[in-house]
Amino acid sequence: MATMQINQEYIQPKYLAIWKKVRRNLLTTIGFFVVVLFLLSAVVGPLVVPYDYAEQNIEQRLQSPSVDHIFGTDEFGRDVFSRVVMGSRSVCVIAGTGAALAVIFGLVIGLIAGYWGGLLDDVIMRLMEVMMSIPGLLLAMLVLFSLGSSFYSVILVVGFMYIPVVTRVVRSVVLDIKTRAFIEAAKLRGESIRYILMREVLPNVLPHLAVEASMRFVYAIFMVASLGFLGLGVQPPTPDWGFMVSEARPFYNNAPWIIFFPAASIAILVVGVSFVSDGLRKMLLPGGVSSD
Amino acid sequence: MATYILRRFGSILVIVFLASLIIFSITQFLPGDVAQLVLGQFATEEAIANLREEYGLNNPFYIQYLDWAVNFVQGDWGNSLVSRMPVFPMVMSRLRNSAMLAVVVLMLYVPFGILLGVLAALKRDKWPDQIITTISMMFVALPVFVSSLLLIPLFCHFLGWLPANSSILPDSTFGEALPYLILPAIAVALNSLGYVARMTRAGTIDVLRTDYVRAAYLKGLPRRQVLVRHALRNALLPTITIIAMDAGMMIGGMLVAEVVFGYPGLGRLLLYGMQNQDLPLIQACSMVAVALLCLANLIADLLYGLLNPRIRVK
Repeated sequence: MATMQINQEYIQPKYLAIWKKVRRNLLTTIGFFVVVLFLLSAVVGPLVVPYDYAEQNIEQRLQSPSVDHIFGTDEFGRDVFSRVVMGSRSVCVIAGTGAALAVIFGLVIGLIAGYWGGLLDDVIMRLMEVMMSIPGLLLAMLVLFSLGSSFYSVILVVGFMYIPVVTRVVRSVVLDIKTRAFIEAAKLRGESIRYILMREVLPNVLPHLAVEASMRFVYAIFMVASLGFLGLGVQPPTPDWGFMVSEARPFYNNAPWIIFFPAASIAILVVGVSFVSDGLRKMLLPGGVSSD
Repeated sequence: MATYILRRFGSILVIVFLASLIIFSITQFLPGDVAQLVLGQFATEEAIANLREEYGLNNPFYIQYLDWAVNFVQGDWGNSLVSRMPVFPMVMSRLRNSAMLAVVVLMLYVPFGILLGVLAALKRDKWPDQIITTISMMFVALPVFVSSLLLIPLFCHFLGWLPANSSILPDSTFGEALPYLILPAIAVALNSLGYVARMTRAGTIDVLRTDYVRAAYLKGLPRRQVLVRHALRNALLPTITIIAMDAGMMIGGMLVAEVVFGYPGLGRLLLYGMQNQDLPLIQACSMVAVALLCLANLIADLLYGLLNPRIRVK
């Protein structure tokens, strides 16, 4: 009987165990639901919004929140709720793809630099240092201003900007793992470099990479919002939370709702993803002090 | 120590050189032709061709870069394409204003971040730690313009303590400017505060676990003395690196804060340059920002070497 119980616990599906851990931490759970809510609104947004996000209706401009327009209307009479929901789509896609790009390239470059070491490592890390010597926002502004700002260029810039950070993290983990006995054993067994990297090194890098990916998503949202605010994000008529805030600033006193809802969305999403990221760190990297 | 300083200084010069190459290259792609911009849209083809020749715009890329770089190092930063005034004094007066803002930002988040981090480490897992870590986590990646929107209603409209607009006269003294600096500085500092607090907390917890701190306690030294004399010296080493690594984010944050509050600093000058396609102005502002970031890293390296003798012999 006793063995049965142990076995049952043992075969408990992995997702259930993770779910229990998530539930144990209140902040992570809040963050989790926030992220799900925003992702959901990004996916099904176009189906549920009551109005077209670009439809102008001058007669209905600057209306305070009501049953018809639950977040009110802006200076062109556009429905703020529809615009905020559609804005979640562009921010999630741009920040998500940008972070994914940074993680993929950072992983590959970091693996190469860390595993091979030597001159190659020196050259790669020097280049990364050069990239990091230009303040991120400044680099993004220069590139977007010179080459023009579009959906794709913002993704590329955000992705490119965070490659050095991910590379550094991956490289430092690889440097640590490289010295372990199991790597030595695999080499002695005559395993190929490909096998060692994929089967021995990568699984140990993945937890760090997952935490780093979530952090990159946080900072990518931060960057997309800031660029949008400066007018260098996605171009109108596509709604962008940052740009909505900067556009609404002259109406701050008369129609605070135009500025409040996009700004609150940025704040809630950023804080929510930060909470999830922190939960991931606690779950996946339990050893580190900064994790608790 | 001398060789350590020289080596760091040398590698930073190389980095600044490569970064200047990147910035010069990117700005070559700016929309619009410089000669056309200077002469206006009614200029004749011939006048434009002459000016292109005069500005060296027909030269190969590396010659243009060398011309620009040599002039730049000598302090000749060219004239603004819009106002026709020399760029150097313009940038310097804005740099002074941004430096005043940076001083207030640093004075806000470095001491408070360290204090909160140490406090959280000492009260680890108790409620002060929970509150400090949660709140600092919330502000770490909150865009500056969003946190400003929280601060302005609170401090300007509700409490009425501080002005919401920081468009001071460009040559105001630090004392005159201070009331206008506090709110933008808080907005920028909030991002870095959580980061510093978190790293200080981790560093302090690490050090408090070590044998030498235990030995100091067992020797009968008072808690305060163990903390200040023994633990903090090592616990703050990672914090210094973090502050330097965060400098890039701080520069970006200050740029946004200057725009939000209308403060006449370097960031707004850069944005103004971009809006007017003022190439020399954009290049100068960007290079100053890069130089500042590298300087911050150099200072951090030196402090690190000073506090941690082990690094010098490596």
